[in-house]
Amino acid sequence: MSDAVLACDGLRKQYGQMVAVDGIGFSIAEGETYGLLGPNGAGKTTSIAMIVGVLARDAGDVLIDGQKHDVNSVKTKSLIGYVPQEMALYPDLTARQNLRFFGRMYGLSRNDIKRKTDEVLEIIGLADRADETIGGFSGGMMRRLNIGVGLIHRPRLLILDEPTVGVDPQSRNAILDSVEQLAGEGVAVLYTTHYMEEAERLCDRVGIVDKGRMQAEGTRRELVAMVGEHDRVTLTAEGDLARAAAALREMPEARQVSHDESRIELMVPEAGVVLARALHEVTEAGVTVRSVEVREPDLEAVFLHLTGKALRD
Amino acid sequence: MRAITIILFKDLAQRARDSTLFVFAIGLPLGMAFVLNLILGGGGNSFTAKYALVDADRGPIAQVFTEQVLVPLEKQGTLSLRRVATAEEAGRLTESQEVQAAFVLPAGFSAGVQAGAPATIQVVGSVDAPVAVQVAREIGEAFATDLRSVQLAVTVAGGATLTQEQREQIAERARTVAAPLSVRDDSNVATRELDTTTFYAAGMAMFFLFFSVVFSVTSLFDERRSGTLARLLAAPIPRSAILAGKLLSGVLVGIVSTAILVVASSLLMGARWGDPLGVGILIVAAVLAATGMMAAVATFARTSEQASNWQSVIAMILGMLGGVFFPVANLGSLATITFATPHGWFLRGLSDLAGGGSLSAILVPTLALLAFAVVGFAMALLRVGRMLQS
Repeated sequence: MSDAVLACDGLRKQYGQMVAVDGIGFSIAEGETYGLLGPNGAGKTTSIAMIVGVLARDAGDVLIDGQKHDVNSVKTKSLIGYVPQEMALYPDLTARQNLRFFGRMYGLSRNDIKRKTDEVLEIIGLADRADETIGGFSGGMMRRLNIGVGLIHRPRLLILDEPTVGVDPQSRNAILDSVEQLAGEGVAVLYTTHYMEEAERLCDRVGIVDKGRMQAEGTRRELVAMVGEHDRVTLTAEGDLARAAAALREMPEARQVSHDESRIELMVPEAGVVLARALHEVTEAGVTVRSVEVREPDLEAVFLHLTGKALRD
Repeated sequence: MRAITIILFKDLAQRARDSTLFVFAIGLPLGMAFVLNLILGGGGNSFTAKYALVDADRGPIAQVFTEQVLVPLEKQGTLSLRRVATAEEAGRLTESQEVQAAFVLPAGFSAGVQAGAPATIQVVGSVDAPVAVQVAREIGEAFATDLRSVQLAVTVAGGATLTQEQREQIAERARTVAAPLSVRDDSNVATRELDTTTFYAAGMAMFFLFFSVVFSVTSLFDERRSGTLARLLAAPIPRSAILAGKLLSGVLVGIVSTAILVVASSLLMGARWGDPLGVGILIVAAVLAATGMMAAVATFARTSEQASNWQSVIAMILGMLGGVFFPVANLGSLATITFATPHGWFLRGLSDLAGGGSLSAILVPTLALLAFAVVGFAMALLRVGRMLQS
């Protein structure tokens, strides 16, 4: 565990009677991108706050580059780049002033700050807006700058807490490209997201968190194998979907069935074999099917299997 | 230290863009001091009463009262004297408030006095000028007391057995002999006061100082709201550096703004603050007290708005109790309550300096102000932990 850039074990945080994080642990190696997935309130942000050193933990250990790390650590904090879920910028300062301020906070020299600021502004695509007060920036530009601040001191470990929430597709792509590039340069990345496609694209390994506990951990292949090679069938339909979902649950092949106001999702071993019967059951329940989508096993399916809910619930 | 300086300069840069700070720190104190001085200071610090004099007697005693009592006071600027012919005319002038009071010396006044008979100086006053009328009465009574002492001297020397010439000689000697008892003006600390202009300049500076330093710790709430507190906590700096940077920015803003007020009020309003070193020491101590106390208040709040509201209330109460709106000597025994506030000690220190005191004279006020600072900062440090959570 001490060879990892980040190694945490047994993290625990309790607020009154509510246990927000209960024994979470994982490690990230140099150049590795680790995804922490979980629904809202699962304990991801609390875990990250403890790892970063913003929040004191009740129990557990955190090692950064093999060195013990907590809220009072100064040396190990300088190895971490932190991109909080919320914007963490001074709106009355310019983009350059924001970068410079945090560069100074991380102990960069005057020359380094100038050089790194220009570099980061290029990376996040804000070089031409560098000297504007950021109060007038779009959400996407703010998000990119928010990430840029986390990069200014060239961290060994970059922690991004849902960095693409509310970002336009173009900015999101730019952010994902940047994360891939940084990982390629040896930066260890801890990434949380609600977007499964981001986790699929970026993460070498994934930890699935729910109710404060680590439910499963591994590579995409390992996690998919964990729940079996099930296909996911999505029916877009109209009518009494609750009744249709209940009928589908009676099918022996159905592993997991869920529904909302317009869709029914079910996991089956082989969609081609059971699809006709499933459609029959749904139709019998008085539901009109508008479209059918079949997907091979993915992290979303794993997540659904482990937590019983979709990632964005 | 590096982190403290970085946070300090960042905060100062942000404050420099905040126009409300300039309003609270410089504009309002100067404006209020000017207005209060104009309204309550009577446009100056000297008392000049407007009196009329009716001399229907034209005798030697009346002449003494006019030439040796009223005219010297007129030359000092204490009163202006308007000579009129009749008591009726004097009454009309007081009614029309052209004069505030009139001295009427009736015919036979000198003869009566010289004969040892009762004589009267009549004071006709305006009801709208009670102070000036009272002063006129005091002048008249003081003269009457002098006359009685002269009469007494003549009586003791022989009274009715003396010739007129002897009586006049004794009376003249009695008038010119030095008073055996004199009253020395030795106002104690409680009644020593600044001149009106300086008092209001200092009072308003202290009053608004509490408003201009509120942002120091309160800005932690703003950091939290903008999400930047999490980033500061994640940065490789001690948490104490964050607090120190915030407090120091408040102290610096307080010192600079008060120094500007001292210079501006001196140049624009003629305020006389006293020995610059002593004033500087008092200002630093007062700023530390204000910053510490406002920081302590902020730690009891949950939001920036709540903190600002509570700080404003406390600043108002302290200002009122501290006597920044009126001279404390007017409160009598209640004046001691002002010393429960930094404002009272700051004004007392300035009064001590203005009264010609040396630096040692401000030792007690300075220590008192520093005690407020220590208590405030200690309370803030004990309670600030919960504010340093993202």
